[in-house]
Amino acid sequence: MSDVIDRPMLAEEAAAQSRLRIIDCDVHPSIHAHADIEQFMPKRWQQHLRTYGSHLRTPYIGTTPYPRSSPLIARRDAWPPTGGPPGSDLDFMRKQHLDPLDIEYGILQVLDLFIFSQQNLEFGAAIQRAINDWQLAFWSDREPRLKASILAGQDDTEFAIAEIERCAKIGRYVQINVCPRANEPLGRRRYWPIYARAQELGLPLGIHVGGYGGHAPTGGGWPSYYVEEHQSNAHTMAAQLASLMLEGVPERFPNLRIVFIEGGFGWIPSATWRMDRHFEAFRSEVPHLKRRPSEYVKQHFWFTTQPIDEPDEAKHLRSLIEWVGADRLLFSSDYPHWDFDDPRYAFKTPLTETERRKIFNGNARALYKL
Amino acid sequence: MTRHIVARTSDIPPGGNKVFGVEGRDIVVFHVNGEFFALLNRCPHEGAPLEKAACVARLTSPEPGVYQRSRVGELLRCPWHGWEFDMRNGQSWFDPKRVKVRSYPVAVESGEELQKGPYVAETFPVHVEDSYVIIET
Repeated sequence: MSDVIDRPMLAEEAAAQSRLRIIDCDVHPSIHAHADIEQFMPKRWQQHLRTYGSHLRTPYIGTTPYPRSSPLIARRDAWPPTGGPPGSDLDFMRKQHLDPLDIEYGILQVLDLFIFSQQNLEFGAAIQRAINDWQLAFWSDREPRLKASILAGQDDTEFAIAEIERCAKIGRYVQINVCPRANEPLGRRRYWPIYARAQELGLPLGIHVGGYGGHAPTGGGWPSYYVEEHQSNAHTMAAQLASLMLEGVPERFPNLRIVFIEGGFGWIPSATWRMDRHFEAFRSEVPHLKRRPSEYVKQHFWFTTQPIDEPDEAKHLRSLIEWVGADRLLFSSDYPHWDFDDPRYAFKTPLTETERRKIFNGNARALYKL
Repeated sequence: MTRHIVARTSDIPPGGNKVFGVEGRDIVVFHVNGEFFALLNRCPHEGAPLEKAACVARLTSPEPGVYQRSRVGELLRCPWHGWEFDMRNGQSWFDPKRVKVRSYPVAVESGEELQKGPYVAETFPVHVEDSYVIIET
């Protein structure tokens, strides 16, 4: 009676011999106190943070995000007993998340201080630098399972490249994160120097939902409700996939690997089917594309699984995974946020042993060279 | 049905809850508006601990712009994905036929009554002036 929608298991899955450890591609660490970050900022920007704070690309006062669904968009059970916001206590993260779920690696995704939405690009760059240093000092240095990403907002390309170079020299970051909602669609050429550097360095380009680019999050304008805005994460991802694809980024940077994080994956089949069909009609408008859009998706793009789609019938999720391809999917939990996915229960459809290995571990291991 | 005397009524403050291990299961008992409700401490969706749920009111709207709040504190909002359950019977509001949390009958009896029964001495020291929360599984 209680576990009415527990996922069924395939016989081969139940009989799997070896333990499968999880690579979680979306773990959110939080700043415990501003002082933790300030130590990595020049005095000038510490003062700025205290005096002026964030100046964001949102049109109205009060549209900044929290709470969303629950305080700090967090699981209600994720508040550390020692105080501070969810995700800010490493020991508690180990105890609640890394250890019980047998996480082999967690890829850190920092959202604090609205990193990518700062209107003052110089201040934004100072925050990005500070947070990149803080990720190592407070997380990766203390917990080898946690891997950091280089945060580099792309709207000042010069700052972004400088920060990428600085962090790449340190050599401990597994990904370069850019803003999903920049001033212009992500395929535009002004951003290409960043893509060129990511390709040269062999680091995947991570695009995690969230932030404000100053534009309405939907094509229809600003939504009234959080539930409405939450849907728009998928629209944003679909728009950016189309932009990157059709402007020719994978064609120009054939070794660039792009990861869409926290956008789910249910929207991918229809987006790529439609692009393929239109490509046949509009080929002469985009002669720089040599292949059908879906072929670029299959080679250059990866997608994290959370928030996973839950159709009424399990077989439809099954079809979705087959359409997108188990090769393209990376498990992510979104810990400690309210829409967290538990790797044991999130997939409401049986997976084959091969699919499990790819989605929960193998794809991420290869992509991030872990 | 086995009766388990799990707590004094005063052990669970109004608006609060407490988890008890009963026959290998974690059962959470809520105290709301003078009543006690017992549920399996696990959301049927992805297994979140319901002891961390928000206890909220039922909010309904017969038409846009008209809102009604009722049964204050009797609805559980799962700590992860916000699914709402009626703590009186474990039913979900969004899909009551398919999705529910296992619920258990709860009784409150005075120590005086309990002392007459067979379940007292081995489980719990009884002070006859108190009342006790009893879960049936």
